[in-house]
Amino acid sequence: MSALAEGTYLPEGLTQPAPMRDGMDAPYWEGTREHELRVQRCADCGTHQWGPDWVCHACQSLNVEWVTVEPTARIYSWQRVHHPVHPALADHGPYIVVLVELPHADNLRMIGNLLGDPMQDIIIGSDVEAVFEDHDDGTPPYTLVQWQVTAELENEAARFPVPLAEPS
Amino acid sequence: MSASGADRGLRGRTAVAGVGETTYYKRGQSTDPEFVLVVKAILAACKDAGINPREIDGFCSYSNDRNTPARLANALGLEELRYSNMQWGGGGGGAAAVVQNAASAVHAGSANVVVAYRGLAQGQFGRFGQGGRRPAVRGEFAYTLPYGVMSPAQMYAMRTTRLMWEHGIDRSTMRAVALAAYHHAQNNPRAVMYGRPLDAETYDSSRWITEPFRLYDCCLENDGGAAMIVTSAERAADLSDTPVLVLAAQQSGGHRSGAWVHNPTDYATSSFKLGAQHLYEQAGVTPDDVDVVQSYENFTGAVVMSLIEHGLCTYENANEVLTFENLRADGGSIPLNTSGGNLAECYMHGLGMQIEAVRQVRGDSTNQVPNVNVSLSNAGPMVEIASTAIYGTAEALG
Repeated sequence: MSALAEGTYLPEGLTQPAPMRDGMDAPYWEGTREHELRVQRCADCGTHQWGPDWVCHACQSLNVEWVTVEPTARIYSWQRVHHPVHPALADHGPYIVVLVELPHADNLRMIGNLLGDPMQDIIIGSDVEAVFEDHDDGTPPYTLVQWQVTAELENEAARFPVPLAEPS
Repeated sequence: MSASGADRGLRGRTAVAGVGETTYYKRGQSTDPEFVLVVKAILAACKDAGINPREIDGFCSYSNDRNTPARLANALGLEELRYSNMQWGGGGGGAAAVVQNAASAVHAGSANVVVAYRGLAQGQFGRFGQGGRRPAVRGEFAYTLPYGVMSPAQMYAMRTTRLMWEHGIDRSTMRAVALAAYHHAQNNPRAVMYGRPLDAETYDSSRWITEPFRLYDCCLENDGGAAMIVTSAERAADLSDTPVLVLAAQQSGGHRSGAWVHNPTDYATSSFKLGAQHLYEQAGVTPDDVDVVQSYENFTGAVVMSLIEHGLCTYENANEVLTFENLRADGGSIPLNTSGGNLAECYMHGLGMQIEAVRQVRGDSTNQVPNVNVSLSNAGPMVEIASTAIYGTAEALG
C-alpha cells in the first residue's frame, strides 16, 4: 500500500465521486480516505460482493457487512484511451484504464488507472497493488484507488495482442 | 409445457405489417425536432402497412425515449390508447425487446396495432459519445467517471480486450465486420456512409479511440426516427400476401449481468448466451436455418461475441469464418448487417437493423439475400439486458 508521490494520474476537472445519499457505499469512500480498501462481505454466507448493494447476491441475506481487504490484485483486462471525451483531457494524451480482480476476495473486480508510462505494455495477469490518490481539494474531499504493477506475469503468450492458441 | 415457456410463445402469432424511417442525418443535423422525427417515422410505417394511423392502439419504446405514448396519441388523434410500454435499460439493448413487447401485447389481446419506435435528435438533446460533464456523481458512475471511463466505447472496450485475450480473436475479424457494413452501405441510399467506402488499409491506419477499438470499430451517432407496426398474423395476412411473421423475440441477461463496476459473472460476453437458446426454441429454428443476420454494432468486438453466442460460429473458428467475403450479402455464407447497420447506415439505436431484418424477409433490401425465410436481428450486445428477434415467412413455420 502506498500513496501517490505527487500530483494525480489524470488532470483535475473530471467528475468527482461522492457517496450515495442513502449511505449504501459510504464505508467504501470513507475507507479510501484512510487508505484502506473496503468491500462488502455477507455476514451469513461469507461471500464477498462488488459493486455494493443492500442484499447479498449469493444468499439474499440483508446482513451485509464491510471488510477491509489487502489492496492487491491482478490485471483482468485493460484499455488505453486515446480519444478524449472530456474538456479536461483535451491536451492530456493517452491514459490506461485497468480492470483488476482481487483473488483473495472472490475475484471481485475494480476499475482504476494503471500508473506509470501510458504507453507501457500491459500484461493480463500481472500483479498490481493499490495506490491511494488523495484529492483533498474535492467537494467533499475524496481519494481514488489507482494501481501499479508489482510483478509482471512471466508468460509471453499472455502479452496482448498476441492471441493464445487455446481458450483459457 | 416446456421449461422455458417457448410453447406458449410468439411463434408466428404476430407480424410486422409495416416499417418507416425518416431521412437519417449525421448527429445534430436534423432540421426536425425529435418528436417530429418520430411522428414522420410512424406515419411512414402506417403508409407502408396500408393502415390508417388512427388504428394504432399501443406504443412500445426503449432506452427512455423522450417521446411518450400519451403525447403521440394526442398528436395523432387516437380514439383509444390501450397499451404503452417502456423497455428499461440503457443503450440499444431494447431494439428487439421492443418488438417482443409489442408482439406480446398483440398476442395477449391487449392491443391490436402496436407501434415500436425510437427517435433521436442529438443536436437537440446532447451526444452519447460525450459524458462525465457533471461536477460530481454518486452511485455506479462514481467508480468509473473519475478514472476517465465515460463514453460507451470506454465502458465496453475492456470486454473486447478480454474476448481477444481469452479466445484469440484477431483484429482482422473485427475489421471484417466493419468492412462488410461499409460495403453494404454503398448500395443503400439511406445510409449516412453511402458513397463513402472503407478499405482495409483505411481501417488499419485509422486512429485509436481506445485500444482495442479504432475509429471504424465504433458506431455512428445520428439523428432520425424509426417505427415498426406490429399486429396479429391474421391482420397482416389481410394487408399483404407475404406477411413478415415474428418467429421469436427474446430479452437476454445473464447471472449478475447488471452488476456494477464491470462485475458480471461472465464478463467477455454479449449477454446472449442464455437468451439465444430460448430464442431458437421459441422460433422452432436452429442457427443453420438463419439466412441473414443483422447484429447490432455498438462496437465490432461485440458483433463477434454476438455471432458466437447465437451459434452462428464458434470461438474456435470465428477468425476463419468471419471474413469480409463470408459476411457479404452477395455470396457470403453469413450475410451480415446488410443495410450498413449502426456503423455505416445509421445509429438509430438498432431499430433500423430490426427494419432491415424485416426488409430481408420481404425481399426489398438494397442488399437482398436470395430466398430469405429466416432473418435474425439482435440488439445491444454487452449491455445488461440485450435482445434478439427472428422474423420469417409463413414457409419458415413449416
